[in-house]
Amino acid sequence: MRHLLSAGDLTRDEAVLVLDTAAQMAATQGREIKKLPTLRGRTVVNLFFEDSTRTRISFETAAKRLSADVINFSAKGSSVSKGESLKDTALTLQAMGADAVVVRHPASGAPHTLAHAGWTHGAVVNAGDGTHQHPTQALLDAFTLRRHLVGDGGRADATGRDLAGAHVAIVGDVLHSRVARSNVQLLHTLGARVTLVAPPTLVPVGAHAWTADVSYDLDETLATGPDAVMMLRVQRERMSSAGGGFFPSPLEYTRAYGLDGRRLAVLPDHAVVMHPGPMNRGLEISADAADSPRAVIVEQVANGVAVRMAVLYLLLAAGEPRTAPAAGSGRDEARTGVRTDETRVHA
Amino acid sequence: MSTTYLLRGVAPQGGDRTDVRVEDGVVVAVGADASADGATVVDGDGLVLLPGLVDLHTHLREPGREDAETVASGTRAAAAGGFTAVHAMANTSPTQDTAGVVEQVWRLGRDAGWVDVRPVGAVTVGLAGERLAELQAMARSAAAVRVFSDDGKCVHDPVLMRRALEYVKAFDGVIAQHAQEPRLTEGAQMHEGVVSAELGLAGWPAVAEEAIIARDVLLAEHVGSRLHVCHLSTAGSVEIIRWAKARGIAVTAEVTPHHLLLTDDLVRGYDPRYKVNPPLRTAEDVEAVRAGLEDGTIDVVATDHAPHTREDKDCEWAAAAFGMTGLETALPVVQATMVDTGRLTWADVARVLSATPARIGRVPGQGRPIAVGEPANLTLVDPAARRTVVPERQATASVNSPFAGTELPGAVVATFLRGRATVLDGALVDAPAGVRA
Ligand SMILES: [Zn+2]
Repeated sequence: MRHLLSAGDLTRDEAVLVLDTAAQMAATQGREIKKLPTLRGRTVVNLFFEDSTRTRISFETAAKRLSADVINFSAKGSSVSKGESLKDTALTLQAMGADAVVVRHPASGAPHTLAHAGWTHGAVVNAGDGTHQHPTQALLDAFTLRRHLVGDGGRADATGRDLAGAHVAIVGDVLHSRVARSNVQLLHTLGARVTLVAPPTLVPVGAHAWTADVSYDLDETLATGPDAVMMLRVQRERMSSAGGGFFPSPLEYTRAYGLDGRRLAVLPDHAVVMHPGPMNRGLEISADAADSPRAVIVEQVANGVAVRMAVLYLLLAAGEPRTAPAAGSGRDEARTGVRTDETRVHA
Repeated sequence: MSTTYLLRGVAPQGGDRTDVRVEDGVVVAVGADASADGATVVDGDGLVLLPGLVDLHTHLREPGREDAETVASGTRAAAAGGFTAVHAMANTSPTQDTAGVVEQVWRLGRDAGWVDVRPVGAVTVGLAGERLAELQAMARSAAAVRVFSDDGKCVHDPVLMRRALEYVKAFDGVIAQHAQEPRLTEGAQMHEGVVSAELGLAGWPAVAEEAIIARDVLLAEHVGSRLHVCHLSTAGSVEIIRWAKARGIAVTAEVTPHHLLLTDDLVRGYDPRYKVNPPLRTAEDVEAVRAGLEDGTIDVVATDHAPHTREDKDCEWAAAAFGMTGLETALPVVQATMVDTGRLTWADVARVLSATPARIGRVPGQGRPIAVGEPANLTLVDPAARRTVVPERQATASVNSPFAGTELPGAVVATFLRGRATVLDGALVDAPAGVRA
């Protein structure tokens, strides 16, 4: 892994390696001293062209817990909005010696351009680009799913395991969702089955080629007993004609595609409810659903830090530019690395 | 400087080898009569002689964006690509929507002397799509405008389009429509389909082009006007044009070299060199436009040469400008996709890249047969050559070629504008502008 640009770039083994590494990172986070010295002396830049306090803080926390120096570079609202500025910003960061650039950008493909235009030599981590990808979100979702659905609901070791056989329903504004695109790819790579549920206006033309089924009927999908339901954020402004007129009213949307107490009751006992946040309570998810014991939404946030620690660790500390690790060896390498760090923390 | 040439052993339009003598701007002899007396002899062994190429769709960017291209640099590029006439699109700044601006561009072209520059007049004032520009004034100006287009924007108001189609009949003009339904393409970044769904780029659906073309052919039929469709790019558009022609509607259509060769798969790397409007389509669409060009449904190949500065392309996809250069690669791409595949003969190439565009644009003295007494607007091509495209070495002032690094067949060996060589031995013939006027 040289960069993390798209969930689709990860092989099954690479994805499992990230999840396994994240599990080790998470284990260290239960300790009193959470900080590992792994990335001491390395610089991680959070380059955000779009507001997202949640994602930025998650990456910042992850980098700091690995002892990296963190620079937050918020380019939103300044004159920085167009082309050349992405280049100039990248050149500036390169001059500062950024080892990794975590980039959030409203334009699909901007992290790809940053990684491939020769403007920076650091590892590029896509923290969400337009309506394209948000790979660390998909990884933290997979991590959360594996904890709950694999290894006897968390009682047995899930190391090395994928999500084979799981069925995940992803519900909402698929058209504009980088979370959906990333999850469709990663869940497929990990062996899970995905059903996308949305009004037809919010399913992209061309989605028939995706590794997912498409349903326009949430109740029908819930009746099939999915193992997890992932609700996507829906922006209220999408209903106005200026916003595209994708649905007639929030009420109609909620009636057809909102997750409420009644729909929650249909789910199998083991099923979990997820949401990438921030939630629109009362629109795509009711308070009953969001606050129910099945909801693992807060846990997703905590897992986000562990997964991002794993990604930064694998990109920056686990050896030079690497391809898919040979089965087993890469995993061992990662585990060894982390244990060494733990030892140092406690020394 | 000699203005007498003997082109020895050339194959006019790919036919039998013969000699062609050019003197005082005119073809004076073909065959046994063509002597070398007092002439510069050009060895044409193995070369194809075509009528000088005529582009119906060129963006020269002057006035306004001289940082991307000037009339001088763009017409040099045209000559290097084998062209002897180009139509300069109207989306300049100020817009080519008055007699004054079209005459300015025409004069810049005449003074540069590389090709005949035929300015295209804007259909509506400022390309705003609200009211007709003074089309008659542009037609009667020294620039003698015959092609009118809001290219880059679509004349989407059906009443305005109807009026424009009707109005230009008074001076034998034609409306060249950039077919793009604006509401269906708001924020559009690439062809809408499997690739856009994956890349998360807003889609430019085929129907946005096809719906306008369908409407416009019906309008043209209703008012009895001729219509030209710019850069059609989809299989559905080809079908509509085929239907309209069968119905007897006076419609002509063009396809660009890039739509003959490239597909939307190339967008996967988010390289803005592949960002163009209309967007690159699917492999099925590419096959359909090739078939349409082969069977005559599509009348011409036009470059849509659209130079852009580096800063307009050296950025993320969404921020990048639409467009690609094309004057110096048009003939090689047509050879690669249509001639080397056996779908067009060189005589067909002369038709789609010279005779028909000259006829549509009513360009005097261009696109003529290679015959005694005809103006010597000629292009000599080596079909056996193979060259790798290096944008930095092209004559255009911009480097946004989608074919950079691609090896393409064919090379322009010589170009003659009214008997004067603008390209000789494969190189541009630089001379003081005064000599050219
Ligand atoms: Zn156009």
